[in-house]
Amino acid sequence: MSRRLLRKLVNLLALTLSGIATAIGLFFLGAILWTLVHNGLAGISPRLFTQMTPPPGGSGGLLNAIYGSVVMTMIGILIGGPIGMLAGTYLAEYGRTARISAVIRFVNDVLLSAPSIIIGLFVYEVLVVRMGHFSAIAGAVALAIIAMPVTVRTTEDMLNLVPQGMKDASTAMGAYHWRTIMSVIYPAARSGIVTGLLLAVARISGETAPLLFTALNDQFWSGNLAAPMANLPVVIFQFALSPYPNWQQLAWSGALIITASILVLSIAARLVVSSLNPGGRR
Amino acid sequence: MNTVAAIDPRHAAGQRWRERVFQAATFIAAVLVLLLLGGVAVSLLIGAWPAFAHFKLSFLTREIWNPVTEQFGALAPVYGTLVTSFLALLLAIPVSFGIAIFLTELAPAWLKRPVGVAIELLAAVPSIIYGIWGLFVLSPVLQRHVQPWLIEVLGPLPGIGRLFQGPPFGIGVLTASFVLAIMVIPFISAVMRDVFETVPDVLKESGYGLGATTWEVIWQVVVPYARTGMIGGVMLGLGRALGETMAVTFVIGNAHRIGSSLLAPGTTISAAIANEFTEAVGDLYTSSLIALGALLFLITFTVIAAARFMLLRLERKALSSV
Repeated sequence: MSRRLLRKLVNLLALTLSGIATAIGLFFLGAILWTLVHNGLAGISPRLFTQMTPPPGGSGGLLNAIYGSVVMTMIGILIGGPIGMLAGTYLAEYGRTARISAVIRFVNDVLLSAPSIIIGLFVYEVLVVRMGHFSAIAGAVALAIIAMPVTVRTTEDMLNLVPQGMKDASTAMGAYHWRTIMSVIYPAARSGIVTGLLLAVARISGETAPLLFTALNDQFWSGNLAAPMANLPVVIFQFALSPYPNWQQLAWSGALIITASILVLSIAARLVVSSLNPGGRR
Repeated sequence: MNTVAAIDPRHAAGQRWRERVFQAATFIAAVLVLLLLGGVAVSLLIGAWPAFAHFKLSFLTREIWNPVTEQFGALAPVYGTLVTSFLALLLAIPVSFGIAIFLTELAPAWLKRPVGVAIELLAAVPSIIYGIWGLFVLSPVLQRHVQPWLIEVLGPLPGIGRLFQGPPFGIGVLTASFVLAIMVIPFISAVMRDVFETVPDVLKESGYGLGATTWEVIWQVVVPYARTGMIGGVMLGLGRALGETMAVTFVIGNAHRIGSSLLAPGTTISAAIANEFTEAVGDLYTSSLIALGALLFLITFTVIAAARFMLLRLERKALSSV
């Protein structure tokens, strides 16, 4: 009887601990979000979206940084997205069983979790050194390299979900493979691919490390892609570590903006998927 | 499809041509993935070459980091990277394991999805946010409430006491490990959850049928079955922790030295690069930082490759058992 009791106690203890572990995880998410809202909300005003980053002590907003972030993220996804989609298409369709595909999948998984600062160094070596100066386009390329493996992975997974019967039906009607992909497979996998792109955007829009040595920063408005460009993450980095209260306030507001956008994107991505397959988990 | 396609030879030729172009385009994009990884490796080696050629092996064994006299050694950042990642895993593994168990075996169906998504959102928060949160919220709390206690209780102990001596700075190796742990928890628990879900229900039901408690089924059926995948998930978390930059840069204190105390400031490879790269003057300085990056690449590549290999093996196992 006592052995039975002991087993029950151990069971209860273990399960309680797992509940506590989950509570810890949720607590930190809550703590971080609360801090952001608490510190960031105070600085949210129309000024934030209409004025440039200020000098220490002056007043200003984050307009140039927000603009720069949006521009670089867009260019990044416009370069990385299509290449990633094509590569994912190769892995799922043309090269499904090719030996090189196994290698590519493996390398892509490595790239997927490679430290982003390494990508920053790579782009610095390849683009910044060649051009002789930091530039927005270098930042966008770094972001594209980070977005690409995400897109490759999700595209391949989503194309694999398209029923073989649909592909066979198209082929049986005499369609070439590319026509099948364009007119049957892509439309069938559309929401999944869109989700992958949204997740890629969420991933790159908060990246800081690769922008440090590529796009750097600019205190003023710059629409020139060949010049350094302000961006939210680097501005947050510099302003948060500065001793000036007005800069720190802007850093918190920027942090709130960026986190809120990323969380909205991530949730939107999940909603797109669950509308695709209501029973699925992801 | 219109019937003309089958009759008109010009149309058929156009189709074939497009087919070839599209196939080539997808192939080129796929090969680009390979070239990219190769390009990263090669460009890092080229950039790091001057430093390796100048310092030879002593680059790996010296603690000194002096931009003025141009003497550089990688020991302190490498040590910091390994120690913070190790401690982060030590803290994160039990918590992630608990979360994975909760999500797969305990949570009622209506709770599974929201909690799972919340943990995944923790992974979506950018690392710079963890950085400022760690610096302005976590490290004061640790400095005031946790570190004095550690110094008082664990400090006098023989052996491990050395790890908890010195003043409570707030920022330092321990704080960095703490932030890293919070960051990798969602990654490890997500992989563990997925791996636990590959365990066939029949196996678990056999356990329950023999009268095992939930915990006994988890520990004696689920865990042994999922072991490889769990290790893979942990290694993936390790890869993430090793290369994490912004969060660590904020809270580690950026001191190029190896302190015996975990409470002392230190540095990691990625923090050193993030802090110093844009300010580095002189080719040797820049090259030494890139050499640090090459070391980081080597370390993380090994870890990630091992992790992926383990997860891949598990996938095959799951496929063959279906």
